Amino acid sequence: MNAADLILVAVFAPLVGAFLILVAGDQRANLRDTLMVLASVATFVPVATILPEVSAGGLPRVDVVEVVPGLPIAFEVEPLGMLFALIASFLWIITSFYAIGYMRGHHEGNQTRFFACFAIAISAAIGVAFAANMFTLFFAYEVLTISTYPLVAHHQDSEAQRAGRTYLGILLTTSICLQLVAIIWTWFAAGTLDFTPGGILAGKVTGPELGVLLFLYMYGIGKAALMPIHSWLPAAMVAPTPVSALLHAVAVVKAGVFTVLKVIIYIFGTETLRTTGVSEWLIYVAGFTIVAASCIALTKDNLKARLAYSTVSQLSYIVIGAALATPWAIMGAAMHIAMHAFGKITLFFCAGAIMVATHKTEISQMHGLGRRMPFTMGAFLLGALCVIGIPPFGGFWSKWHLVGGALDAGEMLVVAVLLISTLLNVAYLLPPVLYAFLLPPKPDDHDLEVGHHQHHGEAVALHSYGGEGHGHRDLEKRGGIREAPLFCVVPLCLTALGTIALFFYVEPLFGLLYGIIEAGTVTK
Amino acid sequence: MIAVHLPILQVVLPLIAAPLCVLFRARDLPWAIAAVATWTAFAISGLLLAQVYSVGVISYEIGDWAPPWGIEYRIDALNAFVLLVVSGVSAAVILFGRDSMLAEFGRSREYLFYTAYLLTFCGLLGVTITGDAFNLFVFLEISSLGTYVLIASGNNRRALLASYQYLILGTIGATFIVIGVGFLYAMTGTLNMVDLAGRVQAYGANTTIVVAFTFLVVGASLKLALFPLHLWLPAAYTYAPSMVSAFLAATATKVGLYVLVRFVFTIFGPEFSFVTLSLGLPLAILALVGMFVTSTVAIFQNDVKRMLAFSSVAQIGYMVLGISIHTMLGVAAGLMHLFNHALMKGALFCAVGCIVYRVGSSRLDAFAGAGRRMPWTMAAFCTGGISLIGLPLTAGFVGKWYLVLALIDRGWWPLAVLVVLSSMLAVIYIWRVVEVAYFRDPLPEAGPVEEAPLSLLLPTWALAFANIWFGIETSLNVNGAFAAAESILGGFGS
Repeated sequence: MNAADLILVAVFAPLVGAFLILVAGDQRANLRDTLMVLASVATFVPVATILPEVSAGGLPRVDVVEVVPGLPIAFEVEPLGMLFALIASFLWIITSFYAIGYMRGHHEGNQTRFFACFAIAISAAIGVAFAANMFTLFFAYEVLTISTYPLVAHHQDSEAQRAGRTYLGILLTTSICLQLVAIIWTWFAAGTLDFTPGGILAGKVTGPELGVLLFLYMYGIGKAALMPIHSWLPAAMVAPTPVSALLHAVAVVKAGVFTVLKVIIYIFGTETLRTTGVSEWLIYVAGFTIVAASCIALTKDNLKARLAYSTVSQLSYIVIGAALATPWAIMGAAMHIAMHAFGKITLFFCAGAIMVATHKTEISQMHGLGRRMPFTMGAFLLGALCVIGIPPFGGFWSKWHLVGGALDAGEMLVVAVLLISTLLNVAYLLPPVLYAFLLPPKPDDHDLEVGHHQHHGEAVALHSYGGEGHGHRDLEKRGGIREAPLFCVVPLCLTALGTIALFFYVEPLFGLLYGIIEAGTVTK
Repeated sequence: MIAVHLPILQVVLPLIAAPLCVLFRARDLPWAIAAVATWTAFAISGLLLAQVYSVGVISYEIGDWAPPWGIEYRIDALNAFVLLVVSGVSAAVILFGRDSMLAEFGRSREYLFYTAYLLTFCGLLGVTITGDAFNLFVFLEISSLGTYVLIASGNNRRALLASYQYLILGTIGATFIVIGVGFLYAMTGTLNMVDLAGRVQAYGANTTIVVAFTFLVVGASLKLALFPLHLWLPAAYTYAPSMVSAFLAATATKVGLYVLVRFVFTIFGPEFSFVTLSLGLPLAILALVGMFVTSTVAIFQNDVKRMLAFSSVAQIGYMVLGISIHTMLGVAAGLMHLFNHALMKGALFCAVGCIVYRVGSSRLDAFAGAGRRMPWTMAAFCTGGISLIGLPLTAGFVGKWYLVLALIDRGWWPLAVLVVLSSMLAVIYIWRVVEVAYFRDPLPEAGPVEEAPLSLLLPTWALAFANIWFGIETSLNVNGAFAAAESILGGFGS
């Protein structure tokens, strides 16, 4: 198979998978889950097979259909898209296993619909990654929004429905009212929507209009969660944890910031941005988002909510890198897509594992949990350190480059923001681990006092969508290690180790991304 | 040999088939006659379109009376395009109709229903094909009279009232048209459209001509339900049987729009209509206000058919907006949306018809749980809905894309932004249905419900699939619309 076929296989394998999952249905749950794993492998393998060609500077391309003259649905793999597709498809395999463990362990309903929509969302994410023009990207972006709505509203109660409306409302409104307008404007000004190295707007749109167009794009890409259109992300945390993990730490939000990068590199052109300075405001907005979201994260006791705000903050790292538009900053931003993906998916996996094993959702309930779930909490520590960005974790490299890029551009304010944010990261990510390992369990914790169990079980049930306290009574009398199912624990250990691997084996990643600088796509 | 007579066969076959339904009342026969007549008409319209594309305008002299004395059927790229839309959607809807009508209307007076259907169908085709202004009025009346019966055959008693409302307003519209035609005849002494065009345009802004123009435009606007002359439409679509709603939504208003376009462009000419009388501005304003007002009203409806009816009025706004730009791109976009909207509303109303068939109601509550219990029906509804919203790879996108391009091209870019924004309203009202269907448990009193039978599903899916097909393989709808726009604009505005 040549690269063009491989691209199509990567995009359509998840769709075929979704169809097979629907056919298998709830009655044949084991077959269905096997099919999902196979689909995820069938997606990752072609993506990985294209990698050498792209690393060598190739741009494999395939045109699918031309809807209107000049507006084809087409795919072209360039380094950034390669990176994003690689991460999304690889983490889908791991998440598949995790999701099997989680959904069964947590006794979730509607699993077939869940897995099918999940697969469609992955297909859309790959479509976003490989899109050859803004039109294709927009289409895949919208499919991603719509296919993830059933996942957010999965529990079908009033809370899930409200969250689903917020989710869909913000993402659709911004994309149609702002992004689509920007796309049409671009098409009219430049006569093309193809992603072209150096941008297509240089000299076509100038002056204040360029600033307006940038605004339309940046706020039209709601998935990048710039403040104040970030509230869909915390709302989406009512979804089952595998969704929060893969989609709201990797695929959906990264599709947003990935689009930001694509727009800035291939539509505006980094040189245009730097010489005109229209992205100055974006640096401030993203900087504000980084600090403000971190501060909000500090106040959250619900673990998933804290992680959600952390994601909002981390996404703006990438936006700030794009807005700086220097080679180092772009490198840092692109690498942060990968590094944050591994770090954050680990954290979400851990939050989900805790929920499955103990039905605990609040950080204040997790005192002493380290003794009971050492692997999970250990992985949490690694994930947290990666997000904080210290060696020997992958997160270090992206922060290193971002700071370098900011110094390059002479933006000391950005350097300050990045440093403050790192401190805030420490302040909101490490306490859960410290409480878990260092503090004794709280006296009213049902681990110790069986007498309170009945009452507590009800309270917990309210917190964790009807978890069943009774079944754990016998287990909880025993001490020692009682982890979540293996299907949950092994994936989170793998991604946690991945954060370290990304520090030591970062070379191929560098090589891939240097491609865009060497080719002159991002000018010095 | 027979190919020469295709234009007259297009109209006469349904006309002859109509009384046959009364003669052969046996079980299912009237339906079979109607179906055969519709499909034959569909085939003929396809042949006509191919002929027009290969040899150009077809002129057919009825009874060999040469125009302008005799009646001429004149088929160019515009009405061949509309004929195909009307007969194509009807061909799908008539297949849908058999079981749907049995459930909603019963068997006792089935033959009368199909007689009325065929007369309406014949009238709509006649309006579209004729090249004679008075003949157009006659066919318009035939189709209107048939429509009153079709609407009144809904099993809700309010269908009678809805039909009566339409009778009053439709008659006013038809009267306006006949008054307009009368003025023109008084001035020029001819009724043949081509002949009229030459003579009328020679007069310039003569008062009688302007009055005739006004009567004709208002009359046609009533028929095509341009906001705020749409008041007859929501009730009519809501209380008519499902099949009739699908049929009318996809054909009647489209033919109304055709009449407007024909009068404004062919008879009066774009120069007179848009430069001398600046019709573009009022049409654009009404279309835009209509889009926003009726879309907003649609959001608050609790009956899905009523919601779709208001949505239709809003969508008509898109078509009229395209026409009002009166450039090649704009008129083509309007006509493209005519084509696409027929497909969308056909699919949507048929999907609602499936729900009505199984649950017995088109209220929003009736959709609860439908996503699980009638997955294919709801998938078709979603497809139609997505096309209505205008997502890429659906027919709806193509039309909206060209409309936006046309607006920007004309320099009306704020309107282009408004058109994009108005899509959000469509998202909201379609989403309300989707949310109820997929995320709400069925009402306990609804009892067990299963998927609609294939006889309903297949036509529904044919229409839903067409929405995707014409969003990807756009040569027919895009090129057809451009050819049609070119045929009426000539060199104007380019």
